[in-house]
Amino acid sequence: MTLIRARFQKDWPGFSLRTELELPARGVTALFGPSGSGKTTLLRCMAGLEVDPNGYFSFNNEVWQDGKQWLPTHKRALGYVFQEASLFSHLSVLDNLRYGQRRMSGIAQIDLQQAIDLLGIKPLLARHTSSLSGGERQRVAIARALAVSPKILLMDEPLAALDLARKQEVLPYLERLHDKLDIPIIYVSHSADEVARLADHLVVMEQGSVVASGPLQETLARVDLPIRLGEDSGVVLQATVAEHDKPWHLSRLDFAGGHVWVPDSGAAIGQSVRVRVLARDITLTTGLSEQQSALNHLQGRVDTLMPDEHPGLLLVRVLVGPTAFIARITKRSAAALGLQPASTVWLQIKSVALT
Amino acid sequence: MFLDATDLQALLLTIRLALVVTLILFIVGTPIAWWLARTTSAWKGLVAAVVAMPLVLPPSVMGFYLLLAMGPDGPVGQLTQWLGLDPLPFTFAGLVVASVFYSLPFMVQPVQNAFEAIGSRPLEVAATLRASPLDRFFTIALPLARPGFLTAGVLTFAHTVGEFGVVLMIGGSLPGVTRVASVQIYDHVEALDYSQAHRLAAVMLVFSFTVLLALYAWRPLRKRVGS
Repeated sequence: MTLIRARFQKDWPGFSLRTELELPARGVTALFGPSGSGKTTLLRCMAGLEVDPNGYFSFNNEVWQDGKQWLPTHKRALGYVFQEASLFSHLSVLDNLRYGQRRMSGIAQIDLQQAIDLLGIKPLLARHTSSLSGGERQRVAIARALAVSPKILLMDEPLAALDLARKQEVLPYLERLHDKLDIPIIYVSHSADEVARLADHLVVMEQGSVVASGPLQETLARVDLPIRLGEDSGVVLQATVAEHDKPWHLSRLDFAGGHVWVPDSGAAIGQSVRVRVLARDITLTTGLSEQQSALNHLQGRVDTLMPDEHPGLLLVRVLVGPTAFIARITKRSAAALGLQPASTVWLQIKSVALT
Repeated sequence: MFLDATDLQALLLTIRLALVVTLILFIVGTPIAWWLARTTSAWKGLVAAVVAMPLVLPPSVMGFYLLLAMGPDGPVGQLTQWLGLDPLPFTFAGLVVASVFYSLPFMVQPVQNAFEAIGSRPLEVAATLRASPLDRFFTIALPLARPGFLTAGVLTFAHTVGEFGVVLMIGGSLPGVTRVASVQIYDHVEALDYSQAHRLAAVMLVFSFTVLLALYAWRPLRKRVGS
């Protein structure tokens, strides 16, 4: 298996970056953390935009820097998407796209036409950059980065500068990149939604250090992390659409160990989907009462109990078959239910978000 | 004719001087402006102050020191001697050298401001698109700073046309060699030939006004392009 290895140590006044990472060289890796946690700085180090002369970065045994040598940014086979689209205002949309493509050396894995099609920007080519909307600008910027046929794509919060409607416009294109491209993407974000939707591998950062790194589902199901994730804590399940309940407009999603019902999103039977279940949306009971509004009930076994940040709250990791869920409940409820590791509980899930 | 032959000669000499100086300053001033805009060096303040000196120094003071430097005992004079060249004072070449120093801030400052306004982001983007530092300078920084170059070129040209004190110190008043329009007007006035002085002065007045009008009328357009 091919790997990305990154080790950086750099000090600024009031901030230190200390990271050592091994990342899969495929799929989307999310660098996730609050603002000021160093995720953008780490990405800039990888790109050579920040200079850490003693840092180490290699990608598939191709070393970009190791303390002895240091490749400048323009010699690294990467694509980079900045938070703001940063299109060149003196060039047309097409010339923006061609800028990097013309300077590229080697064989193109992605050609310009493919980049244009992937981002759906063909109608924009003749336009001037100043006449584009925020979402359009960012799509052009992503296509521009792809047109250099990068071996790795680095994205620094490409949606953060967009409003909600524009985000919804661009997100499907990012999912297409994930599905269609065979290059690894490192994606900086502080939005748990985006991460749940796009990432395969999750790196959680805090104050310049990496506090967790692992496959998305596994990492989100770790009980020591939700404290850091706060309101965003919850798990992501990989599920398959198994059945539609037409009269009630619901779909059954099967995952390893059980199933959940969600409002029909139009996904076809057999399609693989991701669902996100937040810790705050799960209630635990020991018995199952007849009448209640929650649609989804799952029987599970308590795995771990862990104090949350607030002294009155508790995080409970529950296994349903092999699949882990995390619930946030009060300590009093846990005592009333007599929760212990290995006790059997029912999970009532108030809402399941299809990502 | 409105202007006589000597007036016309002085005017053409002035324009030739201003063109040569502007051209040289585009080449000399741009790297200085780039360095000042991008450096984090401790020397930045010192260099910026030296570049700005002609803005505050009386032209006669500048002319005096340049004359000393270019004279047979000055460092520049020694250099020209060693190279087997004629001494610079009272030549067109000497005038060009002096004017380059005199007009330096009018080239450097607008261009520096334009480079600073671009910021580092477009250059970083270009770096991620495989452009080398030199490539980035020519394909990103220069085109984006174009409005600044326009302003700088016009200001440098106009300022060189308007110089008087430095010319008098370095060049004197040799017809066809160093007698530029401003010196010619001075000579007319000294000779109490007011009507001659009037004609040339009026030409200069109209020229200066036209240049400034053009410069300020472009402003809104330049803002639009820059956004």
